[in-house]
Amino acid sequence: MNPRYTKVTFLLEIIGIVLGVIFLIPFYFVIINSVKGFADILIDAAAWPQEFLFSNYLKVWDIINFPRAFWNSLIITVISNIGLVVISSMAAWKMVRTQGKFSKILFALFVSAMVIPFQTVMIPLMKLGGTLNLTNSIPGLIIMYFGFGVPLSLFLYHGFIKTVPIEIEESARIDGCSQFGVFWRIVFPLLKPITVTVVILNTLWIWNDYLLPLLVLQDAELRTIPLATSSFFAQYTKQWDMGLAALVMGITPVVIFFLFLQRHIIKGIAQGSIK
Amino acid sequence: METKVEIQEPAVKAEIKTVSRKKANLKKILTYSAFVGPALIFFLVIQIIPFLMGIYYSFTSWNGVSSVVEWVGLENYIKIFKNDPKFFDSFIFTTKFMLASVIISNLLGFGLALLLNAALKSRNLLRTVFFIPNVIGGLLLGFIWQFIFVKGFTAIGNLTDLSVFKLPWLGDETTAFWGIVIVFAWQISGYMMVIYIAALQGVDQTLLEAARIDGASSWTLLTKIIIPLILPAFTICFFLTISMAFKIFDLNISLTGGGPFNSTQSVAINIYQEAFQNNRYGLGTAKSILFFLVVAIFTTVQVMMTKKREVEA
Repeated sequence: MNPRYTKVTFLLEIIGIVLGVIFLIPFYFVIINSVKGFADILIDAAAWPQEFLFSNYLKVWDIINFPRAFWNSLIITVISNIGLVVISSMAAWKMVRTQGKFSKILFALFVSAMVIPFQTVMIPLMKLGGTLNLTNSIPGLIIMYFGFGVPLSLFLYHGFIKTVPIEIEESARIDGCSQFGVFWRIVFPLLKPITVTVVILNTLWIWNDYLLPLLVLQDAELRTIPLATSSFFAQYTKQWDMGLAALVMGITPVVIFFLFLQRHIIKGIAQGSIK
Repeated sequence: METKVEIQEPAVKAEIKTVSRKKANLKKILTYSAFVGPALIFFLVIQIIPFLMGIYYSFTSWNGVSSVVEWVGLENYIKIFKNDPKFFDSFIFTTKFMLASVIISNLLGFGLALLLNAALKSRNLLRTVFFIPNVIGGLLLGFIWQFIFVKGFTAIGNLTDLSVFKLPWLGDETTAFWGIVIVFAWQISGYMMVIYIAALQGVDQTLLEAARIDGASSWTLLTKIIIPLILPAFTICFFLTISMAFKIFDLNISLTGGGPFNSTQSVAINIYQEAFQNNRYGLGTAKSILFFLVVAIFTTVQVMMTKKREVEA
């Protein structure tokens, strides 16, 4: 179904492009000024740079120890994602396939926890985390992401698995396949579309999270990208030249991730929300 | 002999059956635990136990450090209601902010969705453009916009001579409020757009075609057919924006730091400061329990209200 490209469509196209440009203006300001000298920024923030200075980037790279922060963020995001996919998909499958009151109550418990704001649990969690040695450690932070990520991930898997036909699983069982075999060899590959959605949603949340790492990680060595960037702003307020370079470095990895996978991301977000 | 065997056999069989049934049941429970257990344990330890501990601490005067936790009953709650105007101010700010943001970001998101549902040549590119702010965390967005409000707006003001750009955006209570709303809407409306587009694509085109032939105007199509058909999307988008706006923390931390004069202090910031800066954990948890109740009530009422309309449609 392809309607004709009319005058109205053309007009809408112009409106869309103008709005798109307005949407992107903040990025123009940030990028253009990140390669200016401090004085140059103060004179006119909208103007094209008189000369391109990349020294801002070099300085910030060292000051916030960018490679370290990047590595920390990466490892936290990747391992949390793997863990969440494994534990949530397994649990959701078993809960869908085992009919009964217990599964129902359990599912209701997982889902209703989605209403709990993080601020409600953060204070006792820090106490508990201290007792369990989860604070000031990256593995500890990852375990917390497991706990916080389970409800949504499980909810998405649960909804998807209900639409997966059970016949293939039954025939595999008759052929003597174990339950784990059935799950990992037959069911899990079928869950790929929803796995993509779960990974995307969790990645955007974990990569950008600020408050939980702020509470859990104290050592500068362990800082994630949002922590490193914010520490820069706290220490050097109004040093716009370097601050903007820090911002560009902070947002580049996730923007690249998005641009590469944007089709999947947009589809995944739509799927994840409508289920 | 023969009779004996005949009598015994069913009894033996029954015994074997119960033993094997018990074994089978145990095996069932074990596999169930193997699949569900890990998720359940992490969830209980990280969310449910702290939640229950929080309810307990909210009745104590615990300072977060001392090992003695003294039970004070309802004292914290009474204190909050009697003499904590700052907490109520933060609630009022958060509620106002939530209302403004829900309306603006959904109008914008739905408008963009309608626009990009038309057969534009640039629609895929534009969807990407409008979605980009979502991939950057609220904290960094706040820093970006701090620069835009302080330096960018001044520059645009000098170029265009428009008074809007010459306001002291983050220095004044009213403009700081709207500043945060603008940034939030800029971030969130692309997300809402994606959900609305997905819903719009599910609308049966033949239905619209038929109504158009019957002489319905675009406005009638939109209000009488399209919107009723995609009400589920509104339920989701409202739910998402309400809960995101209510929990706002990163954005005002980096944009205004809660200022000027605490006018943009959200409930989340207030709770954070009470616990981790004033070291009043008992009071902080009491506030966080109240916060939980309000969020829970708001979101359940909203979902119930919009769900009800869905059924009618």
